[in-house]
Amino acid sequence: MTTHDNVVCTFCGCLCDDLEVDVEDNAIKAVRKACLIGKNKIMNALSHAPAIRVNGREASLGAAVEEAARILGEAKNPLVYGMSSTTSEAQREMVDIAEMIRANLDNPSSYCHGPGVLARQQAGLVTCTLGEAKNRADLVIYWGCNPVEAHMRHLTRYSLQPKGLYTPEGRKDRKVVAIDIRQTPTTKRADLFLQVTPGHTFEIASVLRALVNGLEPEFQDGREEVAGVPMESWRRVVEMIKACKYGVLFFGLGVTQCRNTDINVEQVSRLVQDANKHVRFSALAMRGHGNVNGCNQVMTWQTGFPLAVNFSRGFPRHNPGEYSVVPMLARQEVDAALIVATDPGAHLPADAVRFLKTIPVIHLDPHENLTTPWATVVIPVAPVGVAAAGTFYRMDNVPLRVKKMVESPHPSDEDVLKAIKEKIRHVAHT
Amino acid sequence: MLRIHNGLIYDPANAVNGEAGDVIIHDGVIVSGAGLSEKQKRDMETIDASGCAVLPGGVEIHSHIAGAKVNNGRILCPEEHRSHVSARTSLTRAGCGLCVPTTFRTGYLYSKLGYTTIFEAAVPPLEARHAHEELMDMPLLDKGCYTVMGNNHLVMQVLKDPDRAARKERLRELASWLLRASRGYAVKVVNPGGVEDWKWNAGAADLDTPTPPFGVTPRQIVTALAEAADELKLPHSMHLHCNHLGEPGNLETTLATMRALEGRRVHYTHLQFHSYDKTKKGGFRSGAARIAEYFNKHPEFTCDVGQIVFGPTLTMTSDAPMEFKLFQMRKGKWASGDIEMESGSGIVPISYAPKILVNAIQWSVGLELMLLINDPWRIFLTTDHPNAGPFTAYPEIIKLLMDADYRMSWLEKLHPRVRRATGLFEITREYTLEEIAIITRSGPARALGLAAKGHLGAGADADVAVYRLDQDRRAMFSRPVYVLKGGAVVVRDGEIVDTPNGRTLCVDPEGGRSLPQDLAETFDGFYTVKMANYMVEDEYLERPEVVPCG
Repeated sequence: MTTHDNVVCTFCGCLCDDLEVDVEDNAIKAVRKACLIGKNKIMNALSHAPAIRVNGREASLGAAVEEAARILGEAKNPLVYGMSSTTSEAQREMVDIAEMIRANLDNPSSYCHGPGVLARQQAGLVTCTLGEAKNRADLVIYWGCNPVEAHMRHLTRYSLQPKGLYTPEGRKDRKVVAIDIRQTPTTKRADLFLQVTPGHTFEIASVLRALVNGLEPEFQDGREEVAGVPMESWRRVVEMIKACKYGVLFFGLGVTQCRNTDINVEQVSRLVQDANKHVRFSALAMRGHGNVNGCNQVMTWQTGFPLAVNFSRGFPRHNPGEYSVVPMLARQEVDAALIVATDPGAHLPADAVRFLKTIPVIHLDPHENLTTPWATVVIPVAPVGVAAAGTFYRMDNVPLRVKKMVESPHPSDEDVLKAIKEKIRHVAHT
Repeated sequence: MLRIHNGLIYDPANAVNGEAGDVIIHDGVIVSGAGLSEKQKRDMETIDASGCAVLPGGVEIHSHIAGAKVNNGRILCPEEHRSHVSARTSLTRAGCGLCVPTTFRTGYLYSKLGYTTIFEAAVPPLEARHAHEELMDMPLLDKGCYTVMGNNHLVMQVLKDPDRAARKERLRELASWLLRASRGYAVKVVNPGGVEDWKWNAGAADLDTPTPPFGVTPRQIVTALAEAADELKLPHSMHLHCNHLGEPGNLETTLATMRALEGRRVHYTHLQFHSYDKTKKGGFRSGAARIAEYFNKHPEFTCDVGQIVFGPTLTMTSDAPMEFKLFQMRKGKWASGDIEMESGSGIVPISYAPKILVNAIQWSVGLELMLLINDPWRIFLTTDHPNAGPFTAYPEIIKLLMDADYRMSWLEKLHPRVRRATGLFEITREYTLEEIAIITRSGPARALGLAAKGHLGAGADADVAVYRLDQDRRAMFSRPVYVLKGGAVVVRDGEIVDTPNGRTLCVDPEGGRSLPQDLAETFDGFYTVKMANYMVEDEYLERPEVVPCG
């Protein structure tokens, strides 16, 4: 039996890199230190692989690659989409394919943390790596996120409990604020919980900005409250901000998917910038899929834009909404799709999925999922971080190399994408 | 074999100054033509370089082109990408951007100016994989990156050691380990101590401001790291971005830093940003003359200029507190990122305008430095891309240096008070073609310790740029007739014709195989990654070439 140390978990944006995995006879026998989800993901990484299928019939890998290349080569306005749970090496291949076939290129952040990414285009973001939170943060704000259930080791490894360089007492050295629309296991861990009415992120951030900048908002109707929370509580939050040495605000989909999306995050981002006039303050997006940040990074260095790119003119054009996956599918604009390392059948709105079922879809995934039953071409791939190596970007942009511990009968995403690319190139030349 | 025939060869490293001749290439390397008959030469594949200047490929010593901070800059400014696009061709990848171009486009743009080697200026080890991944997507260039160490906790922990001899040896080992961990090429120091200070919300660091909580001063940091780089016999000296970048009166800090480092090899980067005097009221004045006077007497030092280019650009640096100051003045976009245990970074868009007095002075200071520092082997052309402007402005800057009348014609476009604040318009010096070849290739190659680059002698890498001679030096240097990378023609008549990938340049210094117990404990306790996952793997290096130490 071999024990692999320092294994990087690929499940969520935390990329915990301290796992221990026992392997015997090319099978995962035990996973230690991971959270329940991470452990499950690795333990079952090799199970439930789909068969290679073309139009519902089993096929050889060569035939599937050939059919994929044919579909993509003939499509007039294809979509290349996904990438959030595979390596940046595979993501780089996907951008190349999208360019070759003049496709639309998008990733799941366009309907998750995309508004936060767009806010960074408008205002920028003051941020830090997770170690700064661990070592310095004496004020932690969780806003619209619930890491206890979604990023299960975030609190122990990074944000709440760890004993850092300048936070030797761990949790005792930190003040903790939670802002959410309902009580969650995370809000229960906070010193101050502000339960807000839904849809008011922009107002909250605006009022906090005003107070941080020493302005007193006026209330016409005499009711001194914002988002259902009395001003007194917001003043208290601002006092805590101004009294801390190094604050870190973690925001989740509750902020990015609030009504009016990107302007909310922009205002939150401006709040963090303002706070730096008094103290040091950073914000971090609680990215979900293991390498969804990697999609944004790779797309940005290759195309200039983190999401929603169109190559129909040969050069990258970026327009969220016009080239974002959900609106494009809602408008029924694309005529074929290459979907890798995400499960649109599970994640996208029903109408979008219904439309996808009417066009040729090529799908690469390590497992049977809610897309594989109806996708036109299904190619099983080796699970990254278990049977394929490559690079993942943590929620704070720290890149880590995920490992190969066992052999899969299937090739990696990267290898399949390279084969499809070569086939498209070959067909185009002949 | 391939022959570049009948061009005027400018190869200052071999004392060849505009002599007509042939450059002969075999297997990607320049070879001597001495033993070859005329017939053998005639039978070779031949590039006709009649009427052209033949120079070694350009060597970029300081540019921000790859990695976490640069990519954040790309995210921050979609508006600048839209007006600068390139479509995919059968050879080249699509891309966009001018000040922060996408990776492939960066490779093409540099290559189309005749550059063949490039160094990314600031990489924190924790994010080094990212920089290397981007560099792998940057074709046509040999490349390397500098590892930032000037605010590194482990460095400061070592410097706190009261035992002088132990401290020295431990720091040398640590610097070596950090270069290995990040696969870096040189020791980079950015605002020593100052980035850590700002994490404590403290003001700007002076040379003798103790850095909390270590109590180590910037003076100690720079002297010790310069010494470590020397003792490791690294091919490039410590690469230093001094304290107080961009502040009026900062020449005092710059001069004090230089005095503290006398006798050691040091490269002062973007010296323009560190050469400001101040008026009685605290306004900007050029301090270039004083800096140049001192610098001229110290052959152990090299520098690059960081010349201002008028127009919009992005400032991006590991000097996060400087960017915070800039944001407070400009109030536009601001991105910042503190990096645990080792560094920070900041990005603020900016626009330099000739009618803004401060910008006009900055522009003049850069040119003054280039004209007043009399040894071209010690000052190199950079724009600290994209901080002072995009590298695509190099041909314009060359024209400013080579054509005094053209330079004088700028006076009326600048803020009227600039003449009082600088001495630029009293200088008549014009650069020669040979001097341009030195400040853009031969000089940086020598300062970087690249024996096979920056010259055209036998054994050099066959990286060559051929420019058609033209009295308009901007036109001449904007569009090389041929560029060869490793012996392959990659640019013809200003267009890309081949896109081979370059190599990763790295070092293999003595020692640094592991961290000592106490530093390993600090690492394990306070980084959020395991040490095994910190070390950049071989997979991130493209055909690595180890440049020897010593």
